[in-house]
Amino acid sequence: MGGGRVTIAAMILCLLALAVLPFFADKFTVQLVTKIMIMAIFAMSLDLLVGYTGLVSLGHAAFFGISGYILALSTPQYQAANFWVSLPLAMAGAGVLALVIGCLVLRVTGVYFIMVTLAFAQMLHYLFHDTGIAGGSDGMYIYLRPDASILGWRPFDLEKFGDFYFVVLALFIAVFLFLRVVLRSLFGQVISGVHVNEARMRSLGFPTFRYKLASFVLAGMLAGMAGYLSAVQFGVVNPDMLGWHLSGSVLMMVILGGMGSLVGPIVGAFAMILLELGLQSLTKHWQLPMGLAIVLVALLLPRGLIGLASLRSRSKEAADA
Amino acid sequence: MDLPTFLIQLLNAVQYGLLLFLVASGLTLIFGIMGIINLAHGSFYMIGAYLAWSLSGQLGNFWVAIALGIVLTVLLGMLLEWLLIKRLYQRDHLYQVLLTYGLILIFEELRSIIWGDDVHGVPIPDVLSASIPLTDTLAYPVYRLWMSGVCVVLAVMMYWLIQHTRLGMMIRAGASNRDMTQSLGINIQLLYRLVFALGVALAAFAGMIAAPVSSVFPGMGGQVLIICFVVVVIGGIGSVKGALVAALLIGLVDTFGKVLEIEIGGFRVLPELAGMSVYLLMAMVLLWRPEGLFGKRL
Repeated sequence: MGGGRVTIAAMILCLLALAVLPFFADKFTVQLVTKIMIMAIFAMSLDLLVGYTGLVSLGHAAFFGISGYILALSTPQYQAANFWVSLPLAMAGAGVLALVIGCLVLRVTGVYFIMVTLAFAQMLHYLFHDTGIAGGSDGMYIYLRPDASILGWRPFDLEKFGDFYFVVLALFIAVFLFLRVVLRSLFGQVISGVHVNEARMRSLGFPTFRYKLASFVLAGMLAGMAGYLSAVQFGVVNPDMLGWHLSGSVLMMVILGGMGSLVGPIVGAFAMILLELGLQSLTKHWQLPMGLAIVLVALLLPRGLIGLASLRSRSKEAADA
Repeated sequence: MDLPTFLIQLLNAVQYGLLLFLVASGLTLIFGIMGIINLAHGSFYMIGAYLAWSLSGQLGNFWVAIALGIVLTVLLGMLLEWLLIKRLYQRDHLYQVLLTYGLILIFEELRSIIWGDDVHGVPIPDVLSASIPLTDTLAYPVYRLWMSGVCVVLAVMMYWLIQHTRLGMMIRAGASNRDMTQSLGINIQLLYRLVFALGVALAAFAGMIAAPVSSVFPGMGGQVLIICFVVVVIGGIGSVKGALVAALLIGLVDTFGKVLEIEIGGFRVLPELAGMSVYLLMAMVLLWRPEGLFGKRL
């Protein structure tokens, strides 16, 4: 049972490394890690659906994108939005959207669910792409980053990349701990039960549709948080934020890292973005090796990179014994 | 809208619907018979269109290009099934999504390496380049009529193949019980390989005949894939008849969504929201019959 302690020690070490990173690293690295942590929040939110509730969504970018758009549209033209108002607003918007879409898509299961989530996300993509709302296919700039003042006091300045890094780090840790608590609660037990055998959970008297819907809305809101942060980081929103390529790559992060654990999607986000960056520096046609890597993961690593680690520790345990 | 315009739009809608049917029927067959969800299906449509462009450019003959293209895509389908897809039959849908998503990236990048990222046009073959005059100013191209005709012929052939031939009987048997069919001495592996290759060839053929009317461009696969998902969801997964009805329905909604002008409270609902209309149709069908129009009860 030493494995658990080793894992916790490794996690604390990683956290410490993340906490001191801005004091040593250059601007590029800090911004890269900020982006990775945002994607890790996004991937964790999807894992709540895919890994825990057993709902494979291929349209999760809809909630990521919509809250970016909510920030862009609610920001006054020559002023900054208020951080403490706009973040909850964006997350609530994503939650309402998830509630509406969830009521529709949860009527179907399995392979239908995959197709229908994809189709609804694409509908939103076309809404922003084809109509003039928020600049159409070009997207919309957010010239001033949200202001974090509370009654004149400003705890941090989002225009500074160092401050933004720590805000994202804090939210990243908060989401991780929050999901840990949620998954250990009765709610978490029920959605895991739904994953394994929904009919049995229903006959035990749990209203499974409501639980699945709650999980879908929660995942949508957390994806919304990630989308909000992403819009703040890059200062721009465009229809690609809702597109299926993003939904696909975040699903890759979850599966690559290892679904059904919270560390898995984080590992997946780091691995995927660093791999992408590495391949991009090698060749213009980086999607070719990326695609090959994904195909190989699908064939050879059913439990993701996390599964690889536990496989090694298990074989070591077997060797020790 | 006057009658000739309406007629033209109606013909366009039917032609678009029938083309969608060709692509979607492959998707629904592969799912219904083999239980595989294939995200790379749109890529085959794209590959077909690019093959039509590059082969007809090099050979100078559209028909030879199509014939050669069909042979190549059937071989591609069999190769993919043998190399990758057959390892997915016993796996969760999640891994099917993952692997076929990886294939999309591979095909897109190979397309970029081999054919580049430019938009191309394919000339309509001379035999079919005429137009039928409807009024003094309006005419309808023969090529589009020919496309619809070919799609109808293929639909009838597919129906006949599945319902009235020995091969079709084996395919249907394999769909309902794989193990039983195999123990009756039927080579189910070969059967699945043929079905997959048929699906690939249908999608690619649709891309080839669509190339002269819609330009050949990167990203055309993704567009068609998602619309085909909508077709399959509306029609019911695994139902070829459902795919036909849903594809025609979507052809009508999409085409007339783009030409009608409807204003509600000063806001132009159509054609501004035409891109969303098919998804709204899907949402309505999901509320009414979640299993699709011709699907089995969930």
